[in-house]
Amino acid sequence: MAQAADGRKGRKPRLTNEPAGLDRDTLLRAYRDMLLIRRFEEKAGQLYGMGLIGGFCHLYIGQEAVVVGIQLALKPGDQVITSYRDHGHMLATGMQARGVMAELTGREGGYSRGKGGSMHMFSKEKAFFGGHGIVGAQVSLGTGLAFSNAYRSNDHVSVTYFGDGASNQGQVFESFNLAALLKLPCIYVIENNKYGMGTSVERSTASRDLSQNGSPWGIASLQVDGMDVDAVKHAADIAVAHCRAGKGPFLLEMKTYRYRGHSMSDPGRYRSREEIQKMRSERDCIEGARHKLAAFDVDEAEIKRIDDEVKRIVQDSADFAQTSPEPDPAELWTDILKEA
Amino acid sequence: MATEILMPALSPTMTEGKVSRWLKKIGDMVRAGDVIAEIETDKATMEVEAVDEGVLSAILVPDGAEGVAVNTPIAVLGGNDTAASAPVAAPRAAIAAIPAAAPAAPAAPHAAAEQDWGATSPLTVREALRDAMAAEMRADGDVFLIGEEVAQYQGAYKVSQGLLDEFGARRIIDSPITEHGFTGMAIGAAMNGLKPIVEFMTFNFAMQAIDQIINSAAKTLYMSGGQMGCPIVFRGPNGAASRVGAQHSQCYASWYAHCPGLKVVAPWSAADAKGLLRAAIRDPNPIIFLENEILYGQTFDVPTDPDFVLPIGKAKIERAGTDVTLVAFSITVGIALKAAELLAEQGISAEVINLRTLRPLDIDTIVASVKKTSRVVTLEEGWPFAGIGAEINMQIVEHCFDYLDAPPGRVHGLDVPLPYAANLEKLALPKPDWVVAAVAKLF
Ligand SMILES: Cc1ncc(C[n+]2csc(CCOP(=O)(O)OP(=O)(O)O)c2C)c(N)n1
Ligand SMILES: [Mg+2]
Repeated sequence: MAQAADGRKGRKPRLTNEPAGLDRDTLLRAYRDMLLIRRFEEKAGQLYGMGLIGGFCHLYIGQEAVVVGIQLALKPGDQVITSYRDHGHMLATGMQARGVMAELTGREGGYSRGKGGSMHMFSKEKAFFGGHGIVGAQVSLGTGLAFSNAYRSNDHVSVTYFGDGASNQGQVFESFNLAALLKLPCIYVIENNKYGMGTSVERSTASRDLSQNGSPWGIASLQVDGMDVDAVKHAADIAVAHCRAGKGPFLLEMKTYRYRGHSMSDPGRYRSREEIQKMRSERDCIEGARHKLAAFDVDEAEIKRIDDEVKRIVQDSADFAQTSPEPDPAELWTDILKEA
Repeated sequence: MATEILMPALSPTMTEGKVSRWLKKIGDMVRAGDVIAEIETDKATMEVEAVDEGVLSAILVPDGAEGVAVNTPIAVLGGNDTAASAPVAAPRAAIAAIPAAAPAAPAAPHAAAEQDWGATSPLTVREALRDAMAAEMRADGDVFLIGEEVAQYQGAYKVSQGLLDEFGARRIIDSPITEHGFTGMAIGAAMNGLKPIVEFMTFNFAMQAIDQIINSAAKTLYMSGGQMGCPIVFRGPNGAASRVGAQHSQCYASWYAHCPGLKVVAPWSAADAKGLLRAAIRDPNPIIFLENEILYGQTFDVPTDPDFVLPIGKAKIERAGTDVTLVAFSITVGIALKAAELLAEQGISAEVINLRTLRPLDIDTIVASVKKTSRVVTLEEGWPFAGIGAEINMQIVEHCFDYLDAPPGRVHGLDVPLPYAANLEKLALPKPDWVVAAVAKLF
């Protein structure tokens, strides 16, 4: 069993590759959810290339196991907040592919009615709190979501995702202190994909072990193989149990990898093609899940059925995103203040 | 079934690009994810991956072809591709939001105060900024550059391209994403006599550090009774780019111009950029240097004289006129010049002032012009409330109220967070027509 490290006692966390032992149906669901994100992002990349999506567009391809594995450990009403690399998180929380894609194309049918774009989508219904463009800002906000749960004495947890680059922002450490001090049910998830834009973790961060970043405040933590959905789910179960039990925040460092550029305009000179290819061929989370499914006697026909379903959802979202009208010009002036 | 490969959009501001070279040749089997070509965008050279599979059956645009518009077919994938999804033709509207290049500055017959620097050569704003930093770094070993992605990545917007090679990692410093921390650190270094240039990837992120900029950089000279200066430049793109949404599209001109202890510079042309950045680096005060991403790729004539520098605090008359004064800065100078052309067609002669510096404001040049024309419209991309236009027009009222034949007018970005949708974004930002309409109200 992986042990949650308690920084106060100076215990080192260890990399948990330990599986949660997902059953057949859960693994199938995880496979489907990861595939949906992968195919959705590939389609978004194509639409960007065609000029249908503008501005910044940060794809999640490669990191799917992180959000899907954690989501499996949550219950409805638990809150999720993340950065601009947010399409995968939205799909994982159950937001509709149509609404996400139509927001990417800036249309009326989008989650923000075209006014937010790739980086800024929200769903009250799914307790998804965005979509934030300023690196690190969501960490304080996520701490506040946890505060609201503690304040109301409910047993919900909030999950706050951020990158390795973001982990160096001052407000992240301020948030850690607050969360530990107030014993907030906040799960901090560092998605360590090795790079913040073109800067590797080695070049941005003096600490070699990001899972220890909360140790001065005694924040329990685990370092996790974020390319294995089973291991992610296992670690998430531990973190969720810890938070629901009122023991304060928990930090998960997910070792993961993004296959695509930082955004669509990243020439990618800071790493080799071989490095990407190696990750893709040896560690891919979707391939990994497919392997495990074979052990459950899931046959090709069943896999094909899922692949087809996913393809249909993605194609439908792309069609919708192109036919949904542009927002009415009057939308310019709405949503600035609420009627008092 | 054959699939056309279209020229992809590879950055928010790319409308066309160059096919640098093909990495596959006709007859090659291409798999999804294979790199098929290198394409040079407005910012960088990018590798293009195939999204479909098949045999490359035709190359429609040869190696080295420049100015290839986004969505132009560049090759054909044919043959054995089973799940061929024919590419959907992209509607032009999606990319039409990108503003057309600003016109070259017409001669300014009355810009007599402007020193003649002799021969010029064309330079982009991006190159001009880099050349200014390089020149000052060669001249003064205390000048250094710090920011995110400024060194190995060559600048997020390629402004610092080549500087790491020339000056090394001691002086071109990649910072972690810690704006508050590295800004404070640079200000501390400046208090001790170094001359930092702090690049913010965009000014939106300087908000993380605005406490240090105002409370530490701007006020320390005053609070120390003049002992402790802070020679530092904070620079980076300001204002809207293209379709990057509300958190990444804000004009901070009036925020910084509000504060005593700062100088605020906002260049428009490449000559402005080069001459003013050199002056800013030499200046012993904290300088906010507001660039504009959309201008980075635009080309202007720049004096070749190695000593070329422009004075901070002096505006430039970009176009002389007699009937109305248009006061603009940064990207709105281009809008004002376009509006002046439209107005000329209606028989109205507009004088266009490029402010160059917002604080200290060159009110003398503005007042002299308004005394001549008796009408004025200010331009800015930012919001109107307590904006730059509000301040300028108030000062005009204070200085030359009696000369005005009509109330001062202003053109500004609409009073809303900038929306993402292409159509809404276009509706929210100033354009030449708005200026023409504002001028019409004065007659
Ligand atoms: C405060 C702030 N500074 C800089 C940026 C520009 N920027 C956007 S993403 C990014 C890199 C972040 O890397 P990381 O936190 O590792 O997340 P990843 O993109 O890898 O998911 C930077 C520098 C920003 N959006 N906000
Ligand atoms: Mg990262």
